[in-house]
Amino acid sequence: MQKSNSILKRTPIKLLHIVISVVIIAILPIILLIRIFERIIKKDIMVFNKNKERGLIGTFIHDKWLGETYTAQNNRVFVYFLMPSFGSFLLFVAFPFLQGFYYSLTDWTGLNTGDENFVGFDNYISILKDYRFAYSFYRTLIYAIFNIGLINIVAFSLAMLVTQNLKFKNIYRAGFFMPNLIGGLVLGYIWKFIFDKVLFSLGGIFDPSLLIGGETAFISLLIVVTWQYAGYIMMIYIAAIQNIPQDLIEASEIDGANSIQKLRNITLPLVAQAFTVAMFLTLVTAFKQFDTVVSLTQGGPSTQLPQWIGSIYNTTLLPIVKSTDLISMNIYNEAFVNYNMGIGQAKAILFFVVLLSIALIQVYYNKKKEVEL
Amino acid sequence: MKSKILKLRLLEALGALLLLLFATPFLVVIINSSKNAIEVKEFPLGIPENWFQLFTNIAEVFGRDNIDYIGSFFNSFIITTVSLVAIGIFSAMAAWVLVRTKKNYSFIIFMIFLSGMVLPFQVVMLPLVRLMQSLKDITGISFLDTYHGIILAYIGFGAPLSVFLFHGFIKSIPMDIEEAAIIDGCTKAQVFFKIILPILKPIFVTLLVLNGMWIWNDYLLPILVLGTGGDIQTLPLTVSMLAGNYNKEWSLILTSVLMAAAPVVILFLFAQKHIIKGMTSGAIK
Repeated sequence: MQKSNSILKRTPIKLLHIVISVVIIAILPIILLIRIFERIIKKDIMVFNKNKERGLIGTFIHDKWLGETYTAQNNRVFVYFLMPSFGSFLLFVAFPFLQGFYYSLTDWTGLNTGDENFVGFDNYISILKDYRFAYSFYRTLIYAIFNIGLINIVAFSLAMLVTQNLKFKNIYRAGFFMPNLIGGLVLGYIWKFIFDKVLFSLGGIFDPSLLIGGETAFISLLIVVTWQYAGYIMMIYIAAIQNIPQDLIEASEIDGANSIQKLRNITLPLVAQAFTVAMFLTLVTAFKQFDTVVSLTQGGPSTQLPQWIGSIYNTTLLPIVKSTDLISMNIYNEAFVNYNMGIGQAKAILFFVVLLSIALIQVYYNKKKEVEL
Repeated sequence: MKSKILKLRLLEALGALLLLLFATPFLVVIINSSKNAIEVKEFPLGIPENWFQLFTNIAEVFGRDNIDYIGSFFNSFIITTVSLVAIGIFSAMAAWVLVRTKKNYSFIIFMIFLSGMVLPFQVVMLPLVRLMQSLKDITGISFLDTYHGIILAYIGFGAPLSVFLFHGFIKSIPMDIEEAAIIDGCTKAQVFFKIILPILKPIFVTLLVLNGMWIWNDYLLPILVLGTGGDIQTLPLTVSMLAGNYNKEWSLILTSVLMAAAPVVILFLFAQKHIIKGMTSGAIK
């Protein structure tokens, strides 16, 4: 009873909060960045200066009733229309990104914001010396390779299935797409229950739970993510398959092609563009994987460092590492559990550079295989 | 001919089987959220003795003092809808002026947007939190743990993809329509809101679906900007807190999971036709 009272009491405050927020969202980016743009668009400065003399309301009246030249209106609209999204993008994405390069060169620890020292490339050196990071990177790479393969194969097969002339194909599409609606975090809890309780109760290879063994937990994570993401990638393939001109398929049938030949010589080359997109998307999401890991395995379970990584780092005993400690999880823990924000940021930048180069290579090779009609 | 029909029948059966496989986790959730703790322990796949246990469980989740389920649902709803509308309209506005202004700087701005698409969130997240803290010192407006803070961040992060898709779509709209409207006495802004925005409806729907799935389920940005245990909590944060609090009381965790998932799934089932159409016909290029 008391609880519902407290919710009712808070509602008007929340509503006020929302109104204020909406007003700020509309106005703030304009206020913050308009001055920068005055300089970029020099042509407009004349108009702006005039407007400054007139003031805000004066400008409005002038524009509305006294008219202005078409070009001036054009430039003004350009600035005002671009501002909200470009402003928030610059403020919350581009600016932090650039700041990040500086922070990665400091001993920023998060607790003492403001008094970090410049330490040069120390963070990067300590990362390269850290076998945990090497292991995490290696696991992410393996994870990404399997993830891309599995999801694309499953998604393409599903897409081939539901583009056949089936009676309930729309229901199948909706069903396969469904896991995508639910976030990775929630899905992780569902599957944790399935692995820990449901499959466990069946016994056999599921006892002990798959999430306890290092490799089996890794495989479980792959299964969960494939189940989640295949439906989404399937949609991309469906769109591509439906775009294949029907006459090409008919012509090949008249020429006596069987279904495997049709798949190899017509469908696959013509959906190559979709492969580029789908592989790019799965690559990026595999590297960024975070929330499913949080709820399914918390990065664990513990396992031994592989021999070959140990020999590179000259560790006498093979230390214990976490088997699903993917890179994103590693960065998060470094920053918010160990409070080594500077090192975390340096890791993030290394991660970004590697991801960007892999993605560029992937897109370049996939693009080569595309055919134009 | 006969073999063709047989083949279709087989494929139909395969589809049904796969559908069942995909749906099993959902069924498991529904079954087990209608059980009490002892039943779950006995045999998770068994049919619950009393389906009304579900309501008891829901009441229990609502009743916990430290968890405000209704509040977090409300927050998620506000944040998602405001961000979706804002991202949609603002990105469309930006894309439109970028397409129609054929200057060097508009091309450069478009390229800056595009480069944002390959930027993983992990690279930006630590400086972002710090920026939001220092913005409070500069402007006196708090950004962490507020609605406008997270919504503005979503507008920024949603802009690259949305601008890219709108840009591609607007390029195919003939200029003649706009010129006709201007001759009829429309101002520039009116041209956009009365002529262009209605034409953008199909791609707008696609973006609502794509961004909606992302924002509603997002975990990393809310946990950074809103924090655990702050005034404003979204559904994923609340579910993770519930799971932590209940400590293996699976029937209650699954009930909260069901409560978090049900609204989206129900919405999807009602608007399924539009969503699937938006996804497949939408310009995922």
